[in-house]
Amino acid sequence: MSASRPGVVAGLRQTATLAWRSLLQIRHNPWELGDFSIQPILFLLLFMFVFGGAIAGSTAEYLRFILPGVIVMNMVFVTVYVGYGLNTDLTRGVFDRFRAMPIARWAPLAGRIVADLVKQAWCILLLMAVGLLLGFRVEAPWPGVLAMMLLVLTVALAMSWIMVLVGVLARDPEHVQLFGFTALFPVTFISNVFVPVDTMPDWLQGAVMLNPVSLLADASRGLLLGGPVLAPALGALAWAVLLTAVFAPLSVWALNRRLARG
Amino acid sequence: MRTPRVRADSPAILAHGLRKAFGATRALAGVDLEVPQGSVVGMLGPNGAGKTTTVRILATLLVPDAGDAWVGGFHVHREAHAVRQLIGLTGQYASVDERLTGRENLLMIARLLGQSRAQARARADRLLETFSLAHAAGRAARSYSGGMRRRLDLAASLVGRPRILFLDEPTTGLDPRARLELWQLIRELVAEGTTVLLTTQYLEEADALADEIVVVDQGRVIASGTAEQLKAQVGARALVLVAADETEVAALQALLREISEREPQVEGRRLSVPAADAAVLRQVVRRLDEASLDVDEVTLRSASLDDVFLALTGHGAETPLP
Repeated sequence: MSASRPGVVAGLRQTATLAWRSLLQIRHNPWELGDFSIQPILFLLLFMFVFGGAIAGSTAEYLRFILPGVIVMNMVFVTVYVGYGLNTDLTRGVFDRFRAMPIARWAPLAGRIVADLVKQAWCILLLMAVGLLLGFRVEAPWPGVLAMMLLVLTVALAMSWIMVLVGVLARDPEHVQLFGFTALFPVTFISNVFVPVDTMPDWLQGAVMLNPVSLLADASRGLLLGGPVLAPALGALAWAVLLTAVFAPLSVWALNRRLARG
Repeated sequence: MRTPRVRADSPAILAHGLRKAFGATRALAGVDLEVPQGSVVGMLGPNGAGKTTTVRILATLLVPDAGDAWVGGFHVHREAHAVRQLIGLTGQYASVDERLTGRENLLMIARLLGQSRAQARARADRLLETFSLAHAAGRAARSYSGGMRRRLDLAASLVGRPRILFLDEPTTGLDPRARLELWQLIRELVAEGTTVLLTTQYLEEADALADEIVVVDQGRVIASGTAEQLKAQVGARALVLVAADETEVAALQALLREISEREPQVEGRRLSVPAADAAVLRQVVRRLDEASLDVDEVTLRSASLDDVFLALTGHGAETPLP
């Protein structure tokens, strides 16, 4: 280590260490494991068995529709943990300890984001596995599963920037959760995650089909079951670029402002 | 792995005219500071005096509005990365991760500093042993007592063997026993040659640990020197009178002012004033007799740092200081 700033390689290694630390927290906080494991499965079972018969005629048929939807919905909710974790580090002083250490300036934030992408990937794999156990069949070519994962993770990364901003602006971790879930509920439910869009009134359909959650759910269905992929996938990616372009600089600016406040 | 050394002929910490405002609140109004290598300097002041802001600037967490500072000979802003390789920071805001175990916290920091897995494990075990945390090493820090948490905090800031250590109110909120334990640990560090800048609201703590004390109030250094020098500056002793009757407080105040040529501190029926020597006692008793004033108590005692602090920052601040 020299007196100059750490290089990219050192920064990446520090990011990995910090991501490892975020994942390690799960081991000592079993409720987090519940949030990332039990909750998504409960969502899937609940929607499938409670609504399946009414919406699709049978639970098996509804599983085809709802599994990609639940994967996307769960991804949206898990982004809240980026903000929650960042805010905890900021308010509890952990972030300041990192900043007083000779490590890359961007490593603490990058570590947090990488850890949450790992959690996201875990949730997707878990939901896919449970879905397959319940009788879900991948009808498109198998590489579609990988493409679906990458697409969902890309949008997750973009949406994480919104939660980074919330995490920076919120007074305490509880406010991050409150605000995060309050804002995300309508975004998730005014979408085609649970029901096909053509069952909704015309005036709502336009909004639903602009929603990145709908676009991502449609693209995921296409990738797993066959059907149109390109248009919804491009739409979802356009949203990802837009969200990143707006919220990444905004979050970094807000973070620096908060840190300069003392 | 090499870390930069403290530049040989520079003080461990040097600050000139540090100023900082947060919006309309002025936190620092021009702080000067010099800490020689290997010494312990205690910054003493009430809440809001600017102690934490000073430490945060020196630890590269904040950029001052004006003024310059060097730590180990490196500029805190322009050479921040070199400074970070020399310092350790423990404070209420630079904390450990409560959701990790004690050992994991230390491992994480060692790994961030570039130590190998084996080095990190050895360093963590050593520190856990030294700080009497080995029995709790596998428990989440959240479950630690206040004293254990502070010890872990201190251990965490020592992982990289810092040459200069900032301790921001290290014992605030601890019970007396935990405080004494932490003091002992700090003394051992100092014996190894670590330079320490300590902030505290406890006069006793500054007196117990610091070679030199810097008294800060309202963003300025208002006095500095050894505990002895500070006492000499405001009187080596304190004369305390307790009036027998509240109506006589004003008369006693005038009398003390005349004898000592300083403004007495008044708290209820209790008056105190710095005194140069014991001769003042005879004088006071004679004048009390002449004026037929009754007192419940007359005491002449060695000045505590409390007296120093009150004289410097309380009403006594009106008194021109040498």
